[in-house]
Amino acid sequence: MASDPSSRSARGSLAVTGVSKSRGAVRVLEEVSLAVEPGEFVTLLGPSGCGKTTLLRLIAGLDAVDSGRIAVSGADVTAMPAHERPVHTVFQSYALFPHLTVFENVAFGLRLRGVSDADIRTRVAKVLGAVRLENLEDRMPAQISGGQGQRVALARALVLEPDILLLDEPLAALDAQLRSAMRSELVQLQRSLGTTFILVTHDLEEAIECSSRIAVMRAGRIEQMAEPRAIFERPASLYVARLVGMENIFEGRVLSGEAGRLNVDLGFANIVVPAGGGAAASAVHLAVHGEHVRVSRDGEGLAGTVTDVRYLGETLRCVVTVCEARLVANLPPRETFAVGEAVRVDIDPAAWAVLER
Amino acid sequence: MKSTRLLAPAAAALLVLFGLPQLILLSRTGGHDIWTRLFDPLYATIFARSVAMAAATTVATLVVGFPVAWALVRAVPDRWRGPFLLLVTLPLWTSVLVKLYAWVFLLRTGGLLSRLLEMFGSEAPSLLYTTTAVAIGQLYVELPYMILPIYASLERLDPSLLDAASDLGATPFTTLRRIVIPLAAPGIIAGSVLVFVPSLGSVLVPDLLGGAKTAWVGTLITSQFGAARDPALGSAMAFALSLITLGAFLSFGRFLAKAQD
Repeated sequence: MASDPSSRSARGSLAVTGVSKSRGAVRVLEEVSLAVEPGEFVTLLGPSGCGKTTLLRLIAGLDAVDSGRIAVSGADVTAMPAHERPVHTVFQSYALFPHLTVFENVAFGLRLRGVSDADIRTRVAKVLGAVRLENLEDRMPAQISGGQGQRVALARALVLEPDILLLDEPLAALDAQLRSAMRSELVQLQRSLGTTFILVTHDLEEAIECSSRIAVMRAGRIEQMAEPRAIFERPASLYVARLVGMENIFEGRVLSGEAGRLNVDLGFANIVVPAGGGAAASAVHLAVHGEHVRVSRDGEGLAGTVTDVRYLGETLRCVVTVCEARLVANLPPRETFAVGEAVRVDIDPAAWAVLER
Repeated sequence: MKSTRLLAPAAAALLVLFGLPQLILLSRTGGHDIWTRLFDPLYATIFARSVAMAAATTVATLVVGFPVAWALVRAVPDRWRGPFLLLVTLPLWTSVLVKLYAWVFLLRTGGLLSRLLEMFGSEAPSLLYTTTAVAIGQLYVELPYMILPIYASLERLDPSLLDAASDLGATPFTTLRRIVIPLAAPGIIAGSVLVFVPSLGSVLVPDLLGGAKTAWVGTLITSQFGAARDPALGSAMAFALSLITLGAFLSFGRFLAKAQD
């Protein structure tokens, strides 16, 4: 196998094809397909109950698919039990074995593979160094902190050099400061190892910061899969637009659509946006982030009245009403506006996202 | 200081309920020639037989009880767990005497068990008043005391540990050996003590199901106070049994401490 160059180049790839899974009467996953290239950092993003953890468990082999196929590194693993798959998991609760030391937790998988004691010593020492835990080898899991437990769980999975590393909300149990530090460490680790990472989270920031691509999940399906910038700037649906925090979402009437452009009447303004691939509908939703809404006292744009101002530290959140439409602008914090002030609102036409669903 | 004060009630109870009776037994043994009478090869045989039976009972309850406890925790749906636990403890609600008489009817010639065996064409042996009957009775009486502590320790076992073991390459059997059994060890050891100690001195089961042919430690001691009219020897035997049981108990405890290391 290892001598076949095509299989070597595929090491770390994942192909999920038409996978469905039910729990009792509930359809948890509905015909999900997902293709991941070797070395990618893919995040499954969605609220609890969207099926993201179930998908992860199916890839790990901890649950069996109802239908569909899963291939890892080019080999079909659908019928392969979890303990034979070249895929390892960092669990949300870390799942460290409480009766074994940190060293023995990390060595667990190596011992099962019959690796010699000397090799175990060097490999465990190396991986504990990589996650900066050199001096805790002899501690019991109950004697280390949450952040350290997280690193042990990471080391325990990585020491086996998996084709794909699965991470189930690994940072959810940590406090905000530690979480952000671990996030960048995770990204660095992934880049230096080149291992395919698949991360499950409900945290948008985490998904954007870590991933090469994000799969947004909703009710057992993948709603949209794209690079973080595309998910954030160009959500394809109302659901994703709300998930990435777009507050300015308007339904508009399509006046004309030609040469790849749509002329949309939003009620308070006519806007020309690039048309998507979808068939021209008579109605469409447009959405834009508050950061792209500019407010000025005497510039260009639509005339409106300031109806709410709130200082949020990093931004000044300013609500402007234009012809009964409510526009939210996230302005630089040094700006000042007063409620009742007459202002101009200008939105970069290129910043609008056309929501096809 | 504080912890020793908290131990005081337990220590007092132990002294009054265990230490004092032992002293009374000791005071009734009479002269020291009683101890030479105790080292009779006949008694050694009876004692060895009882230890073997208690050990066999412990192993048998473990073999039957562990899968039952496992099924209660892993296989039984949450809402059925209460009723199933009730079924396990139900035998404890009835007098042992009543339950053993039920076994007499099951095991005797022409009883349910021998008739079942006849149906399958084998000659019906009378199981009653045999060592097999004693073993069956012991297993039946002691089983709940093995299931409950194991259930308690398995219930505390985080199921994600089983997923993690399997994810790291452990077969179900390896997971059982390397993860489940070490973590259930306190329950297994507690259950073993709870089964072994009463089994060793058991009186009712050998008396009702074992008949008079084979002697056991429990029945032997009882007979010294009754038919044999030798309470001094009975007291010496009872005291010796307590010492041996205490020894077994302490070594279990050391084993437990080692297992938790």
